[in-house]
Amino acid sequence: MIYTYIICMCLTTYLIRMLPLVIFQKKIENRFLNSFLYYVPYACLSAMTLPSIFSSTSSVISAVAALAVAVILSWRQKSLFTVAASACITVFVVELVL
Amino acid sequence: MPIAAGYVGVSFSFGIAAAKFGISPIDACIMSLTNMTSAGQFAAITLIYSGTTYLELILTQFIINLRYALMSLSLSQKLAPHTGTLTRLLIAYANTDEIFAVAVSRDRPVTGSYMAGLEIPPIIGWSVGALLGAIADSILPLSVRSALGISLYAMFVAIVLPPVKKHHAIGIVSLFAIALSCSIAYIPVFKGLSSGFSIIFCTIVGSAFGAIFFPIPDPNEEDSL
Repeated sequence: MIYTYIICMCLTTYLIRMLPLVIFQKKIENRFLNSFLYYVPYACLSAMTLPSIFSSTSSVISAVAALAVAVILSWRQKSLFTVAASACITVFVVELVL
Repeated sequence: MPIAAGYVGVSFSFGIAAAKFGISPIDACIMSLTNMTSAGQFAAITLIYSGTTYLELILTQFIINLRYALMSLSLSQKLAPHTGTLTRLLIAYANTDEIFAVAVSRDRPVTGSYMAGLEIPPIIGWSVGALLGAIADSILPLSVRSALGISLYAMFVAIVLPPVKKHHAIGIVSLFAIALSCSIAYIPVFKGLSSGFSIIFCTIVGSAFGAIFFPIPDPNEEDSL
């Protein structure tokens, strides 16, 4: 039954997100833990981007080109939207040429 | 808003995939609305199609989504001090990769209303995208779907890179995490590992590496993250 499946996954996913947020209402004082949590988003997003980005489009070449564009624009502090839109356009154009 | 737009693209492809695995547009939409997890949902439709057990489905979701526990833990340190439990219960529901990333990259503590504004458009985009994708199956040509697929990764790059200029250790941690995730992806010994597990592993090892070698100087500094 599809809805039982959906309820199972929904509860699992929600509990994973909800418990840490509700349990840790105070600021954590431990220096190691603070440093650890400070780096979590960067380590996590980096690991999610590479190498998955290479298989996110129809060809590795267009993904590499878009990654290069994203890196250059981000380094120049362009907005999220500019970076994302430029990467999309790069993929589209490169795949058109290929 | 860019997150919502990116989500429409991804959940659109989720809708298409769900339709291929025999899930109706309405069910695909409900699944997106209640779960808000791309990798988890993609894994779920293949499992459900193969007639998996509930336990197996729950375990898979647990492993793939365990990274959210780390993100919620990190986000709990970023919330304004007076944020109540009910608000936290609501925020937790849509603490996705991208929303989390934007929330923590803000230069001051985040409030409940800020999180609501951040979360609601992507929730709508995520659900509607799945519905449209499942209905349309493939009205968009492959070239457009392929181009949309890169947008979320491009946003990740835009989030990680700018802070590296101010704090070089972030760059080192980031490169370390990338080296780990690439090793897991390309070295045959690790082939059995799921991508969800790989992300958890890289996040924990990468962050611990940073915390050991480059501890942040002052506990209050994370407020200016």
